[in-house]
Amino acid sequence: MAKLTEVRWHGRGGQGAKTASYVLAIASAEQGWEVQAFPEYGAERRGAPMRSYVRISDAPIRLRCAVQHPQIVIVLDDSLLKSENVTDGLEEGAVVIVNTSESPEEVRGKLDYQDVKLCTVDATAISLDTIGRNIPNTPMLGALAKVSDVVTVEGAQEAVRKQLGTHLRPEVLEANMQAISRAYEEVQVA
Amino acid sequence: MGVRQPLEGNNAVAEAMRQINPDVVAAYPITPSTEIVQTFAKFVADGLVDTNFVAVESEHSAMSACTAAAAAGGRVMNVTSANGLALMWEILYITASLRQPVVLTVVNRALSGNINIHCDHSDAMGARDAGWLQLFGEDAQEAYDNLFQAVAIAEREDVRLPVMSCLDGFLVSHSYELVEVEDDDALRDWVGPYKPRMPLLDINNPYTMGPLDLWDYYIEHKRSQWDAYPDAKQAVIEEGQRFGETFGRSYGLMECVELDDAELVVMAMGSTAGTCKDVVADLREQGVKAGLLKLRCFRPFPAPEIVEVLKGAKALAVLDRAASFGAATAPLFSETVSALYSHGVHAPALNIIYGLGGREIRPEDIVGVFDDLKAIAKSGQPSDPVKWIGVRE
Repeated sequence: MAKLTEVRWHGRGGQGAKTASYVLAIASAEQGWEVQAFPEYGAERRGAPMRSYVRISDAPIRLRCAVQHPQIVIVLDDSLLKSENVTDGLEEGAVVIVNTSESPEEVRGKLDYQDVKLCTVDATAISLDTIGRNIPNTPMLGALAKVSDVVTVEGAQEAVRKQLGTHLRPEVLEANMQAISRAYEEVQVA
Repeated sequence: MGVRQPLEGNNAVAEAMRQINPDVVAAYPITPSTEIVQTFAKFVADGLVDTNFVAVESEHSAMSACTAAAAAGGRVMNVTSANGLALMWEILYITASLRQPVVLTVVNRALSGNINIHCDHSDAMGARDAGWLQLFGEDAQEAYDNLFQAVAIAEREDVRLPVMSCLDGFLVSHSYELVEVEDDDALRDWVGPYKPRMPLLDINNPYTMGPLDLWDYYIEHKRSQWDAYPDAKQAVIEEGQRFGETFGRSYGLMECVELDDAELVVMAMGSTAGTCKDVVADLREQGVKAGLLKLRCFRPFPAPEIVEVLKGAKALAVLDRAASFGAATAPLFSETVSALYSHGVHAPALNIIYGLGGREIRPEDIVGVFDDLKAIAKSGQPSDPVKWIGVRE
């Protein structure tokens, strides 16, 4: 059997869930995995809830449908815990990483399905501190590196450089590197 | 040697266009193929290609400009989707009838109405009688590889026909995956320089192209066009092999997955074939003699070749990601069953219509189709062969 890890990102239009999926795919590919990353497009509206998916496998990926039973869920905005079923399709032991100022214990009660490994990190505060804007997507990659083997901190940083290096000013790029490291350090695992 | 790198499907196509470096691209962007045009326009602006990029005001103008540029003697490419392809419709027939080897990437998307930006094959199926060759890619790698072959096939002296290279909107066009990108020089050598045939810009040899052609000769011209397609089919086979000899990935008219002893066969085009492959592998592990026929070349339609691989099947399901309204069945099914019937093969066959407007198709849906096949292999041909799946009814 192929070792397949499926990741689902929950975000709002404009928060960078799609970019983060692509960056994760690039980082995982760099580590030798087969990858597939794709956003779920509806009408593209800033602020509207959206999902994005990543498949990471040691065998070629042929499936062409949304991820239904992810092993990892990443929530970029804790207001989505109310409106979206972020635990949809999860099975026992799945990892859920939430960008929030609350602790895992506080967040757990808000989930429909609780048999998960819950992690929280204040990626918004970290991004405001480092980047100066609320861009929580890159720090969440640092948090992911702490709890999964599909990406490392260095791998995530390298992939961000690769994907965003030509778009961002050098100091902003460096701030993203710090944000990733800090999220790795600060993520709380329940 | 190629380098495997993560690329979005659309960017893989844009990269292929950069490597082909066509003389003229006249395009009008439309979702979900916009990024191809956008990225390629940047290549033009950055001086990475020598292409004359013509920003036109509609797809009708885009295909008019492309056909004229090809007639003038240029290597010409274009990109579109859905309603954009529909707006090209008038000119598509002219491109093929004038035997101009234009290559068009079609990122498949549902036609309006209602307005929808997601994948189905209604756009390409609407253009199926226009005289273009149509190749369907399953993933970004195939979309990339198919484009080079499309150029080579179109430009062959024994073909001289336009080619559509199709890939599924969003499912492939917006999916990031690993694509083996080959070396620029190796690809340019493989495609070769363009040798225009009777270009209109050869002012020493003037002639008229596409004049009035009535009851006296029109049908002879159509008959000679008809005869071009068997040669084109052979060219698809040969260029697919030649591509494999150079780059290690061979292509043919179709891909057969576990068909040698398959009793229950599903036939599909595009990205759904990938999901079907996983299902076939699972069913094989359970001892079910399941198989997949992934059709790559819809035009020319390889009827005898399809019959050859399907003749042992006990039941067949043809998956159409398009409906033909008012017809008894959808296009891929109609043509497949017509091919089987005219060759004396009469396996029970089911026409599955699915995925219109991007409706998701999951492995369990395909498993359900195989369950239906088990039933009709026993009970025989259902009186209504059409079944819609993934629909709330």
